[in-house]
Amino acid sequence: MEVRNPRIKSMKYEDFNDNEYIESMVRELRENGTNVVVGCLDEVIEWGRSNSLWPLTFATSCCGIEFMAVGAARYDFARFGFEVARASPRQADFIMVAGTITHKMAPVLKRLYDQMADPKYVIATGGCAISGGPFKKSYHVVDGVDKILPVDVYIPGCPPRPEAMLYGLMQLQRKVKVQRFFGDVNRQIDRKECEELLRRDLTAEKNELNVEKDANHEQ
Amino acid sequence: MFDFSIITSWIHGWLTSWMPLGLAVFLECVIVGVCLLLLYAVIAIVMIFMERKVCAAFQCRLGPMRVGPWGTVQVFCDVIKMLTKEIITVRHSDRFLYNLAPYIVILASVLAFACLPVSRGLEILDFNVGVFFLMAASSIGVVGILLAGWGSNNKYSLIGAMRSGAQMISYELSIGLSILTIVVLTDTMQFSEIVLRQADGWFLFKGHIPALIAFVIYLIAGNAEVNRGPFDLPEAESELTAGYHTEYSGMHFGLFYVAEFVNLFIISGVAATIFLGGWMPLHIPGWEGFNTVMDYIPGFVWFFAKAFFVVWLLMWIKWTFPRLRVDQILTLEWKYLVPIGLVNLLLMVIVVVFKLHF
Amino acid sequence: MNNNLKESITAWEPAAVWSECGDGWFTVPADRFRDLAVRLRAEGFDFLRSLTGMDWGGEGFGVVYHLESTATGENVVLRTMTPDRENPVLPSVCDLWKTAELNEREAFDYFGIRFLNHPDMRRLFLRDDWVGYPLRKDYDPSQNPLRMSNEVSKDSTASFELMPDGSIIRQRNVLFDEGEYVINIGPQHPATHGVLRFRVSLEGEIIRKLDAHCGYIHRGIEKMCEELTYPQTLALTDRLDYLGAAQNRHALCMCIEKGLGVEVPERVQYIRTIMDELQRIDSHLLFFSCLCMDMGALTAFFYGFRDREKVLDILEQTTGGRLIQTYNTIGGVQADIHPDFVRKTKEFIAYMRPKLREYHEVFTGNVIAQERLKGTGVLTREDAISFGATGGTGRASGWACDVRKRHPYAAYGKVDFEEVLFTEGDCFARYMVRMREIEQSLNIIEQLIDNIPEGEYQLKMKPVIRIPEGSYYAAVEGSRGEFGVFIESRGDKYPYRMKFRSTGLPLVACLETIARGTKIADLIAIGGTLDYVVPDIDR
Repeated sequence: MEVRNPRIKSMKYEDFNDNEYIESMVRELRENGTNVVVGCLDEVIEWGRSNSLWPLTFATSCCGIEFMAVGAARYDFARFGFEVARASPRQADFIMVAGTITHKMAPVLKRLYDQMADPKYVIATGGCAISGGPFKKSYHVVDGVDKILPVDVYIPGCPPRPEAMLYGLMQLQRKVKVQRFFGDVNRQIDRKECEELLRRDLTAEKNELNVEKDANHEQ
Repeated sequence: MFDFSIITSWIHGWLTSWMPLGLAVFLECVIVGVCLLLLYAVIAIVMIFMERKVCAAFQCRLGPMRVGPWGTVQVFCDVIKMLTKEIITVRHSDRFLYNLAPYIVILASVLAFACLPVSRGLEILDFNVGVFFLMAASSIGVVGILLAGWGSNNKYSLIGAMRSGAQMISYELSIGLSILTIVVLTDTMQFSEIVLRQADGWFLFKGHIPALIAFVIYLIAGNAEVNRGPFDLPEAESELTAGYHTEYSGMHFGLFYVAEFVNLFIISGVAATIFLGGWMPLHIPGWEGFNTVMDYIPGFVWFFAKAFFVVWLLMWIKWTFPRLRVDQILTLEWKYLVPIGLVNLLLMVIVVVFKLHF
Repeated sequence: MNNNLKESITAWEPAAVWSECGDGWFTVPADRFRDLAVRLRAEGFDFLRSLTGMDWGGEGFGVVYHLESTATGENVVLRTMTPDRENPVLPSVCDLWKTAELNEREAFDYFGIRFLNHPDMRRLFLRDDWVGYPLRKDYDPSQNPLRMSNEVSKDSTASFELMPDGSIIRQRNVLFDEGEYVINIGPQHPATHGVLRFRVSLEGEIIRKLDAHCGYIHRGIEKMCEELTYPQTLALTDRLDYLGAAQNRHALCMCIEKGLGVEVPERVQYIRTIMDELQRIDSHLLFFSCLCMDMGALTAFFYGFRDREKVLDILEQTTGGRLIQTYNTIGGVQADIHPDFVRKTKEFIAYMRPKLREYHEVFTGNVIAQERLKGTGVLTREDAISFGATGGTGRASGWACDVRKRHPYAAYGKVDFEEVLFTEGDCFARYMVRMREIEQSLNIIEQLIDNIPEGEYQLKMKPVIRIPEGSYYAAVEGSRGEFGVFIESRGDKYPYRMKFRSTGLPLVACLETIARGTKIADLIAIGGTLDYVVPDIDR
């Protein structure tokens, strides 16, 4: 079927066609002599990271089944290096928010994200995770997971087809490959501040922290 | 068969010709250590790649394809990523034990790895109680796992570690018994000697029935010892998320991951050494032409071919069988494998005493 | 309902008032309700099909009970209500029908109705610090902004008891003691099949107590339906139990058609039946895959998925959707079947039969699988009925609960198939029921596929659909049990109340009974063989 002039607001039509805007932006940066030190080591590290993104096995609803299909025989995301789906958030590289996030689940999801080790990425899969989807008007659904987590890639669909998911995963790879130019969404505070926060966390007698005694091990 | 001790003694002679003996030995130790670690890393990478491709083939998939030809560079990506990933320190954990655990596991694994005779003249740790040393060294690993479970302040980790402790200590018995069966046959505990005694036929064939039983028991117990296959309870993904290494991230987790795969190789390497003739080529009595051709193939090729064949066998088992339950694992060991192993040992003694072996 | 039963109920309880409106029901005053319930239970009404909380505005709050006798197949609908809007209290029936325990918690969660003598009056789906009761007609959603604080899991619960002097006291019941080793499984856990959460008290590896927490994917579909027109509500059913999308939608369409008094053409009946069965095969293949994965046999998981793709191909060609088809419509189906549909389906049947043998070779015959599944997690027939655990779970316990046989709908009356029954009630029986059902589904499709009659695939419906006043209940055999839809209409184009009988909620309810005393690894096998889908439980 031919696509007749789709109107997509957030992206220029030309970009949609070749979809290499990330690379073209990097090229522009280089040509304009922006002071970016392109270390060879950086490049190797990012190449390594982008080809070895391990997902967290996380699924709330329908999209999760399609996510399993992406891992299964016909679509097989192991070909691209997404091989090892880890059940422990400590060892995963990205979280694929596959399915609706409800008010009850939101703190748990945030916590899962916090448990992951840097560098970490988030993919919002399906209408529900992007905007609430068909349940936007519900009293118990979060309107888009980007309200609580920084999202790297959005994969629309309800649920998205496995091909779309593979495409989205490859977009994430491209994004990781040029991460040194655009920074990574998680480093919004600098190292000193982070250490300060950590120290406060370790010494604090905050109520919220003590909750852990009952409610930990979301893994 | 080419003897690598010619090269090593030449290096030794050359070094001692212009420097004091102590310094030369020290230098040699460093070189050997570096080579050992390099080999260890290479084996780990090959094993991980093999695991992925083999399981993909069993599962009607392709496995890694995009990075390098047939995905061969995939594991390097994983290594780079793992090295640069954050290592999380868990609050309320026992900081010292938590950080120590992965190193103990990897230490045990490297020590055991050093015992494997790769080719003639390429033995690193080779002395008269080599088998004994291997058993002792590989047992240190369970301490690391227990520490990891205890130190992480996580209930899943703790359950995983306890399961692992029960399982590994039990199955060590069966491994010991099945190796002992072969020791009875060879009357030596030195690995190089064990290999040399197999020049006229592998022990699997020489010891016929009891050796075959011992081999099967060894494969089952070995699989359990490295927490794989149907015995992967300590990290049972669907029950305990990741078992004893749930809380580990970055390279700490990487060490566990690597140790698991190299341990599998060690188990297979030992199986190849004591049952399948180690680096000895395949000889068929009477076929002189065939035997000479086989002799031209270098010893380390034979060793690795045999070891990877056993690895493949164990992977086949892992990807086919469902997981056992903890009580079934212990029943299997204490009610079946240990009694059979003991009777088998007796059988082997009878075979040796009455010279029934080939 | 037959007249004998009607007369005897009136005789047992003179205060019960019969209303002939839609399905017809008895209204019983709250103070007399408990006696009638006890009597009905004794008379053989042992299966509580559905328990629905209601907000009747000025008339107060109430509950609708759908009862069935498994021996005679008779159905009765009861209603009871309390006019007190401030502090509604009704008697509990959870000692008569165990399934009522979670359902009454749900009604408490939605409407704030307190059930007397219910041992565990906690919220079921929403957070404990939730303000208000969302399904009340006067609920204000702005009271509950998104809270990002961690939820505290309480170790105790409350029950309400009526004192002789008429006052109600609150009693504290302990769930977990201080000294118990409680581990938390879920909500993100590879073996819970979604975001279900258990708190499990362990003694070594043995489970002593289990407390299920639901609601991590509660989307409030029932409330949303009240603001949607009937054709719009259809879209949400597919997302309830996404492995039974066709069947769920079929149930809702049937219920609306029942309310409208529309008879759909035979062609539609046939197509719907075939689609339901294809969906069932799809779901059971996924069940097989996931069970194998949970038990560590990863290769079998990929085999199941490989063959599942073939079903999805067929579904996709006709409906355009892989997982969620949005195919059934009120009075028909969305589009006619694809020209290749018949050929492809036949090819698939021929392909699937040998593959089933392969599954049995790879997994069923495996000694480890047999050891782990046989004899673990036994659910007795009485418990299965009392919990309302329908579907494969009930049939594995020897309860002939197949809706396709009990209340034949669509084209099921015309086909010849066996209702697979086992009596052991253990994990292995539950597993085998589903594997054998794949064969039966293939048989059903085989009988129908060549005989799809010519005709319309969609009736002409009015642009605005209004169901006459009354309440209606329709059920289909979903992939994992009886999936029912209850609609109460006030003659508007919106439903006044729409309730979905979850197939999974009874399965979660019976989990505690099954899993107590087994090992933690068995919990995974039990959860796998119960085969619940969490978004269907939470709705």
